[in-house]
Amino acid sequence: MKSIAAMAAMLLASTSAFAAVHTVEAGPNAQERLQGALIEAEPGDVIEIGAGRFELTDGLSLDVDNVTIRGAGAGESILDFTNQVGAGEGLMVTSDDVVLRDFAVENSRGDGIKSKEADRIVYHGLRVEWTNGPDPSNGAYGIYPVESTHVLVQNSQVIGASDAGIYVGQSQQIVVRHNMVRQNVAGIEIENSYFADVYENMATENTGGVLVFDLPNLPQMGGHSVRVFRNMIENNNTANFAPEGNIVAGVPAGTGVMVMANRNVHVFENVIQEHGSSNVMLVAYTETFDDPNYEPTIRDVVVHGNVQGRAGYAPDFEGGEQLAAAVGGTLPPILWDGIGTGIVVNDEVPVLTLGLTAAGQSLTEAQPSMAELSSETPAASPEAVTLPESMLAAVQ
Amino acid sequence: MTRALLALFGWLALVSASAPVPVATGLIMGDTLPRSLSEFRFFVDGIGHTPNDRVIGYDLNTPLFSDYAAKNRFVYVPEGETARYTETGVLEFPVGSALIKSFGYPADFRDPDSPVRWIETRVLLRREDGWVALPYIWNEDGTDAVLARAGRRLPANWIDADGERQEISYRVPNQNQCKTCHARDGEIALIGPSARNLNNGRRLAEWVDWSILDHAPDNAPRVPRWDDESDGTLVERANAYLDVNCAHCHNAAGSASNSGLFLTYEESNPVTRGLLKRPVAAGRGSGGFDFDIEPGHPERSILLFRMQASDPGIAMPELGRELLHEEGIALIRRYIAALDDQG
Repeated sequence: MKSIAAMAAMLLASTSAFAAVHTVEAGPNAQERLQGALIEAEPGDVIEIGAGRFELTDGLSLDVDNVTIRGAGAGESILDFTNQVGAGEGLMVTSDDVVLRDFAVENSRGDGIKSKEADRIVYHGLRVEWTNGPDPSNGAYGIYPVESTHVLVQNSQVIGASDAGIYVGQSQQIVVRHNMVRQNVAGIEIENSYFADVYENMATENTGGVLVFDLPNLPQMGGHSVRVFRNMIENNNTANFAPEGNIVAGVPAGTGVMVMANRNVHVFENVIQEHGSSNVMLVAYTETFDDPNYEPTIRDVVVHGNVQGRAGYAPDFEGGEQLAAAVGGTLPPILWDGIGTGIVVNDEVPVLTLGLTAAGQSLTEAQPSMAELSSETPAASPEAVTLPESMLAAVQ
Repeated sequence: MTRALLALFGWLALVSASAPVPVATGLIMGDTLPRSLSEFRFFVDGIGHTPNDRVIGYDLNTPLFSDYAAKNRFVYVPEGETARYTETGVLEFPVGSALIKSFGYPADFRDPDSPVRWIETRVLLRREDGWVALPYIWNEDGTDAVLARAGRRLPANWIDADGERQEISYRVPNQNQCKTCHARDGEIALIGPSARNLNNGRRLAEWVDWSILDHAPDNAPRVPRWDDESDGTLVERANAYLDVNCAHCHNAAGSASNSGLFLTYEESNPVTRGLLKRPVAAGRGSGGFDFDIEPGHPERSILLFRMQASDPGIAMPELGRELLHEEGIALIRRYIAALDDQG
């Protein structure tokens, strides 16, 4: 009993005595004051960013565990990197148990907010925006957690990223929900990652709405177990403005959901509509690669229960128009390259297969036909992702 | 109290009259962040950089490019201790050691006697639980340098080797930026002092003689000087340059581990070294090109494109490079051009 009381006292001490709130206001010398606060923070501290516009010239970074950076709101506390001259991103986090909430990052020269090897990170109520709209000179990723276990991105907006608005790479145990992504090349992209739930997001006016990809020659490969559900994915027809060389530069304008080189991906109960190329594209990796450990095909991909709207009326890929003409003027809402196993579509819409037989095969060898992919025994869905209580409590 | 003070003054008078007070090893090993560089007593003067006992100056065969800054490097190993020789990677320094590196610009690079305006000194302290990196900025009269954990931008100017006036906003890195380059699996690690980069034919043996290093074989490995054509093949010199300038982040445990592009001297997989490797998260850093290195085609290689960029969303390295390293660019261009374009 006594020891419980002592423990309770210790716990109280650890949350009250050490949890200092350091407030940084906008104004002259914001760079050094804000960066200083981030460096001098102790675990448990809150760095409060005041309302106003912080004019910053260099990237900011946080490397202390268990720190919250909290602003007065995504429209109130604005980290403005319009005049940035150094560093590859606006804000970089490299520590665990960090909460980022209620502020905005504008016009960073590279990525907006990146977190690397930062476990149990929470992004909440943020706005990352390039204010000039879609432009190839915008930074690549808006919200960019990579190489992390337990990632939560919610209630945030990303606008104008020249690659992906919300990009989660080489991570696992991921929840992306209740976000609004628009005017990015990719709205949301889950890449080389395991166990991700992407739900109740709004993706619109991007080039592609939601992408689930896997790429070769990377430390973590073999992406699998991703659920994309109950999202509103609508009118993603913005011309692709990604710099060439990046994988998303190959995403056709007018793509709703694209699954590439992944296993056990379930796409269900979404509204997917108004996409010039395709509502759902299921494909293998198409480029040449030299990596014996890489699997370029899709396996166990299940599409069901979606509300499918208009699609395929303006295909934005080579041979797309001829293909559409051959099948009656408009492509069906779901396109499959014909490669992979365990592909199931139970949505009551037609599926066009290109009839390819191997990853990397030329489109000129396509044998297009309608495909019947329904099944009463699709692969079981991945379990719901469970995040540690501490992460959820931090934003309640 | 008074007596104690008097005793202290007497002792100070005594030591200042004879040998210098040794380096403050206790401060290196302690848990404080000293406000002033002078507290460590690495130097017996201020900015003159006259080293104290067991503080040894050194240079590297192939150094990191830092906006053409001149650098003064020193190592300190406590009395009775030695660093442990390792054939690969950096030497293993004992607790209480320190590495000290000052950055500055001579007024005129054409004149070897031109005075150097020292801007900052970075120290790496080997403590019980690992390395700590701290940046210190020199005051105007060069008598001391003060801790600046948040870093700072300072104007710097000089006359370059071609007689051109150069002027930049010099970035003193903040403490986190120190770690960006010095990170291995989230811990701070050394970059420069590997046996092969220190080895100039004499130095390792000298360090053994001076009890700084425990031992060194006669046939210790050595990387060439990147800018000396007589000192190694084009590929060897390019690999040395990429190792020192890129591999501190671009290694499997470094800040760029997620890129899959690894440029350590030991890396032998061509794709991992960038040959016909597609970018993953380069954004507009790709420059519209498909491969990090396209053999035979420097003009289409992302790696060279980013070395030639000044825009902070594109430029590589991300930190500490405002100017282009023209000589480094020329080396890497030649190296890529000479690669067999069949891969």
